[in-house]
Amino acid sequence: MRRAIALLMIAAGVAAAAQEHSYTQADVENGARLYQASCAGCHGPNGDMVPGIELQRGQFRRATTDSEIVQIIRAGIPGTTMPPTSFTDTQAATIVAYLRTAAPAARSGRGGATVARGDPAKGRAIFESKGQCATCHRVNGSGPRVAPDLSEIGTIRPATELQQKLVDPNAEIRPGNRYVDVVTRNGSKITGRLLNQDTFTIQLIDSNERLVSLPRTELRDVSFVKTSPMPSARGTLSPEEIADVVAYLVTLKGYRP
Amino acid sequence: MRLRIAVAAAALAGAAVQAQPGGVTFDRILHADREPQNWLTYSGSLDGHRHSPLTQITPGNAKDLELQWVFQTRTPAEPAEKFEATPLVVDGVMYTTLSPNHVVALDAATGRMFWMFSPRLSPLARVCCGRINRGLAILGDSLFMGTIDGHLIAIDAKIGKPIWDVAVSRPELGYSLTVAPLVIKDKVIIGPAGGEYGIRGFIAAFDAKTGKEAWRFNTVPGPGEAGHDTWPSGSDAWQHGGGSIWVTGSYDPALNLLYFGTGNPGPDWNADPRPGANLYTDSVVALDPDTGRLKWHYQFTPHDEFDYDSTQVPVLADIEWQGRPRKVMLWANRNGFWYVLDRATGEFLRGKPFVRVNWAEGIDEKGVPKRTLNATPEGTLVYPNNQGATNWYSPSYNPRVGLFYIPTWMDTYSTYTKGAVEYKEGNQYVGRFPTMTVPALRTGPGNVNTRTPQEGWGAIQAFDAKSGELKWQFKMSDVTDSGILTTASDLVFAGGREGYFFALDGRTGAQVWKGNVGGQVSAGPMSYAIGVRQYVAIAAGSALFVYALRQ
Repeated sequence: MRRAIALLMIAAGVAAAAQEHSYTQADVENGARLYQASCAGCHGPNGDMVPGIELQRGQFRRATTDSEIVQIIRAGIPGTTMPPTSFTDTQAATIVAYLRTAAPAARSGRGGATVARGDPAKGRAIFESKGQCATCHRVNGSGPRVAPDLSEIGTIRPATELQQKLVDPNAEIRPGNRYVDVVTRNGSKITGRLLNQDTFTIQLIDSNERLVSLPRTELRDVSFVKTSPMPSARGTLSPEEIADVVAYLVTLKGYRP
Repeated sequence: MRLRIAVAAAALAGAAVQAQPGGVTFDRILHADREPQNWLTYSGSLDGHRHSPLTQITPGNAKDLELQWVFQTRTPAEPAEKFEATPLVVDGVMYTTLSPNHVVALDAATGRMFWMFSPRLSPLARVCCGRINRGLAILGDSLFMGTIDGHLIAIDAKIGKPIWDVAVSRPELGYSLTVAPLVIKDKVIIGPAGGEYGIRGFIAAFDAKTGKEAWRFNTVPGPGEAGHDTWPSGSDAWQHGGGSIWVTGSYDPALNLLYFGTGNPGPDWNADPRPGANLYTDSVVALDPDTGRLKWHYQFTPHDEFDYDSTQVPVLADIEWQGRPRKVMLWANRNGFWYVLDRATGEFLRGKPFVRVNWAEGIDEKGVPKRTLNATPEGTLVYPNNQGATNWYSPSYNPRVGLFYIPTWMDTYSTYTKGAVEYKEGNQYVGRFPTMTVPALRTGPGNVNTRTPQEGWGAIQAFDAKSGELKWQFKMSDVTDSGILTTASDLVFAGGREGYFFALDGRTGAQVWKGNVGGQVSAGPMSYAIGVRQYVAIAAGSALFVYALRQ
């Protein structure tokens, strides 16, 4: 069953997403799903299939602000092939969140704007063996939880970005994928992937896959790990093999495609 | 400052240290009483008691209960999106669902979020009685949730990612999953709501690892199945016969029997298309959880015309009955009677009204109600009303005092008028809606109540399971959609539509504490501990409130 319309947006995301550059990770990923399901058919997976428009590079013909784009997504553009949609403001705002955050990666051009065509079956084999991706990443319920789960990475990230990540893991580390080192008052050290934080507390999943919630008053130090723990594939995989892995990742569309 | 450090230590101990490798095994669920700090199933234990063994909070010190944290669901407090879920707590991490189908993992000491999961839902979902969810089940490191569009999803409890997702039933025909699933051994058991859409109900079991369906028991038997002769022959009435599953069942490991209550027959209020008793609607069914085969059944309301779903959690109690120990089942039914059944055989032992009832003048020695009223074209005034004497809100049983506690709607009535009814796919299949002075759903924000006592009121009632005697009742001016929690310190926690959450002395019914939660309580309370500290949680309005003793 095709599920073109996602109904579930988080209300708190609405206000945030209507202001530029304060999108949550959930907004971006929900927006990616909506975009790939409903927009990519005409605009293309990278937002550049309609001449003169490059959605992911922030190049629009008629809109500048987030609210103008939301308006166009909802109402369409009369007299053109851009139809009105049944998206709510919240849903449209998450699509904008996706487009806005995809833009810097696309603009930078690092990793190459084009992606060589690879073989997904070979890519899967490399992912699980030679590439050692599966030693940290989880796909469809198997593998460790230390690194981000990739089960729907093909829906929420464009191929260009996946290729860039493989070649140059430090080029862009998303806020949702950052690691922190914390030292407690009694000197014990915990490293984990940051799940959430606020003024008074911090939540992470540690290297033993435990959910850990800590009050900052109990901590001596909290610091972000500056570089990605992921090694570059440049030294270990050939360009063809990298293309194969990207081709495999693009096929990972999650459980409810 | 002292408080903050204590909470900090508790958080360290709770979330980081206590987690057990391998997650929640079925053995842990079976022996949930060995880990009173956790709440591993919808009812807290498989016997449906909703009873916590924790004793730090007592009738003597409950006056010192204090709000610890609040979790806002971020969904609006619409009547259709009530917050009906009971959270689970496992080793310092709380898991709960928000309307309609968001899942969150929270630090149970502070309410701070680890992750949130929001599946995409089909716009075809049809729900008669709220876009809601009553909670999760857990096995190993997997959480299980049913969705309003008829999917069952396994979710990784560590990171909030889906593991598998299966379509259980067709949302466009009105099948929705709102019940918290039940894990028995290696299977996840669930059934659909939707008795107002002409569904044919079932209870189904899925392999917890793969999501593969293991068995399915039809709550409305088809041709060739036992009980089919309680539906008219030469008619497809049985295909739209209802028998929904709205709340979680219970399980007796010694008997290896799984019990579920079933919903009303369809159509609700005009029984003309379905002459007969309409098995197994408005019943309790006892199933073999390995095969789904029916072991026994008892029908509370044969040939129902008043929407008296048996949508209650089966309460399994071991009591003395006529001088010898007996494994019984306590059941306060929407139809106004409360029952004692033998849970090994289904034998009817006792049925007594607990509110004003006029549709039957009692129950005969075989367990069949002595029916006095039917819906008529002119209209029939019936006690209790369409929402019932109680409904899906959990009762509680405290084995220490032998008392059975019921959230009750007292003295409510409806006028049932038989109206035309026709089945159309995806449309409601009910007949004419009865009139009610007390509405099924709160109709808007706020807690306005202008009813007279004659039009209905709410209560928490305490009955002696053995003698059947009413020990006490705590009266509320408005009705209640709250479940009840009892504790081993003989406290009773409950709430109501008025926006209060309160504690009663379970032996006397005396109120010992109340908190103002500012919104309707439409969920069951639960209790857990982190380190040495006991907490009590309740959903109200669109937020979750957590209390503990002042330090």
